[in-house]
Amino acid sequence: MAGEALVRLVGVSKRFGEVVALDGVDLEVQKGEFFSLLGPSGCGKTTLLRLLAGFDTPDAGRIEIAGRDVSRVPPYDRPVNTVFQNYALFPHMTVEGNVAFGLRMKGLSPGEVRKKVAWALELVDLVGLERRYPRELSGGQRQRVALARALVLEPQVLLLDEPLSALDLKLRQELRVELMQLQRRLGTTFIFVTHDQEEALVMSDRIAVMRSGRIEQVGLPDEVYERPKNRFVADFLGRSNLLPAKPHPLGAETPLGPLRLKEPLVREALLVIRPEKIRLYPLGNGAPARDNLVRAKVEEIVYTGAENQYYLRSGEVRLLAYTLNQDLQEPGAEEFSYGEEVLCYLPPENLVVLHE
Amino acid sequence: MNEAATPWRRLFRVLVTVGPGGLWLLVFVLIPTLLVLVASFLTRGPYGELSGPWGLHNYAKLLQPAYLEAFAQSLLVGVLATLLSALMGYPLAFYIARHPRRDLLLFLLLLPFLTNFLIRVYAWLVLLQREGLVNALLGAFGVGPFTLYPSFFAVLLATVYTFLPFFVLPVYASVERLDWQLLEAAYDLGAKPFRAFLHAVLPQTYPGLFAGSVLVFIPAMGTFVVADLLGAGRVVLIGNLIQQQFGLTRDWAFGAALSVFLMGFVLLALYLYARLQGERGLDELV
Repeated sequence: MAGEALVRLVGVSKRFGEVVALDGVDLEVQKGEFFSLLGPSGCGKTTLLRLLAGFDTPDAGRIEIAGRDVSRVPPYDRPVNTVFQNYALFPHMTVEGNVAFGLRMKGLSPGEVRKKVAWALELVDLVGLERRYPRELSGGQRQRVALARALVLEPQVLLLDEPLSALDLKLRQELRVELMQLQRRLGTTFIFVTHDQEEALVMSDRIAVMRSGRIEQVGLPDEVYERPKNRFVADFLGRSNLLPAKPHPLGAETPLGPLRLKEPLVREALLVIRPEKIRLYPLGNGAPARDNLVRAKVEEIVYTGAENQYYLRSGEVRLLAYTLNQDLQEPGAEEFSYGEEVLCYLPPENLVVLHE
Repeated sequence: MNEAATPWRRLFRVLVTVGPGGLWLLVFVLIPTLLVLVASFLTRGPYGELSGPWGLHNYAKLLQPAYLEAFAQSLLVGVLATLLSALMGYPLAFYIARHPRRDLLLFLLLLPFLTNFLIRVYAWLVLLQREGLVNALLGAFGVGPFTLYPSFFAVLLATVYTFLPFFVLPVYASVERLDWQLLEAAYDLGAKPFRAFLHAVLPQTYPGLFAGSVLVFIPAMGTFVVADLLGAGRVVLIGNLIQQQFGLTRDWAFGAALSVFLMGFVLLALYLYARLQGERGLDELV
């Protein structure tokens, strides 16, 4: 990996009694990156964050931040700050008191403290609420206080533990954008824990997908989404159609019949295709005379506003295909009805091969 | 619902819910307190009965050095007992609240209450006397014997022993509800352990500390049994004076004045303490 690794984990393991929370994790996060740890609950992502913050120490392995081994360094001596899932604001302090706390602990002069607090509150758009107590704030405002309280210390790494999960959808979507803008503006390295795949895809420069204490795949959002390394990643990020496949002269032999691939299979594998990559055509009309055409019956249609989701069946195989609800001039944007027979086109370049 | 019936229903509800407790307080607290207040302005008659004339003479008598000294000594016992209970009870409450067998520890804490209070105080007498267990133990190391009883020390010891659980319980209740993540947040923001505790944990336990101090301070100020038995006349507290007036001396009027004075002082102290609490001033001091 090019660039300068700000955070480096080498063989980090952590167990709680019988439970292995982290199992030999290696990871590098570059300076200035918006890096997401994505996975279902219990995958170890929060444990990893707590090890970075210093609340727990690894049983094995090494954690380096800016070239320094911090594995045994207590949280108050680390150049990182945390935004907690439920914010953990001090209830007996005002907004100002909360944001000033870290600066006071550093022993800054009252004048400096005031200046920096003002800067941080300006940054998160909370000017005017200095004297309020946390209980007098909305969820979104508390979130901003938590952000200001951490960012005012100008950490080398900001750790965010599912900071948006307690907010309602609309606010969450707004804060996503704000968080991204903030990160770009400050250039601070963000390590962001989430179980929300959409959040991770939208916000991150890179994503690490975790399962059972291990990292399954690290990559750019489109890499992880378009080229999942295994079945778990394919399944966890969005929806997928999975097809068992055997070698065939054309490409692969599947339950849907022979399919053409970019390169023919040499051994048994699993083919993955995302629902939005499958194109649908009416029978007999307009279907391009190509390979990889599969006849299927519409069993269910789910209308989600922006797109239609078609649940299809071809023989014993179920397929899921999305079509955009756009102008019907586009090929593949036709509307179909229940029970109708359609032709599905599975483009070879979108059939991802998984060897497990 | 019938509009006209509403006020009656409301009255009924109030009577049913607040009525029994209210009646109890009225008959056994409010009226007796008022009687004591009235009595404090009267005079002792020739046979120890309450009679005229009315006046503030009982309160004037309070200002005599002997009574002021007893009062000062009571205050000292109250303050020291509260401080010692806090020093021992606060960490103990944390220990119990975080222990896996805290139900057992709580039971052990309350176990002494299963024995009669007088018997427990007498037990201290046996332990502390010149030929008692404590001196015997010290003697084994070639120290002593000391006159541990009767003494101010013995009174204070037994007072703390008696009221310590009243301090531990409310603190325990606030520790159980403690949000430990605030401690992590304080660490995260650069606070070393002591300051993190001071800013993130201590303020959360203020309500328990307040309740605990009140529950120790008030009874410790007024106790007379402990001073009677373990002070054996050398330690005279305001509670002993009050008891004397109502018993031996039969000067109910002066006893009432002493009681009113004690009550007034405790109320004032509580008010000031509560104000201090409310201002969140403690946190900013450090």
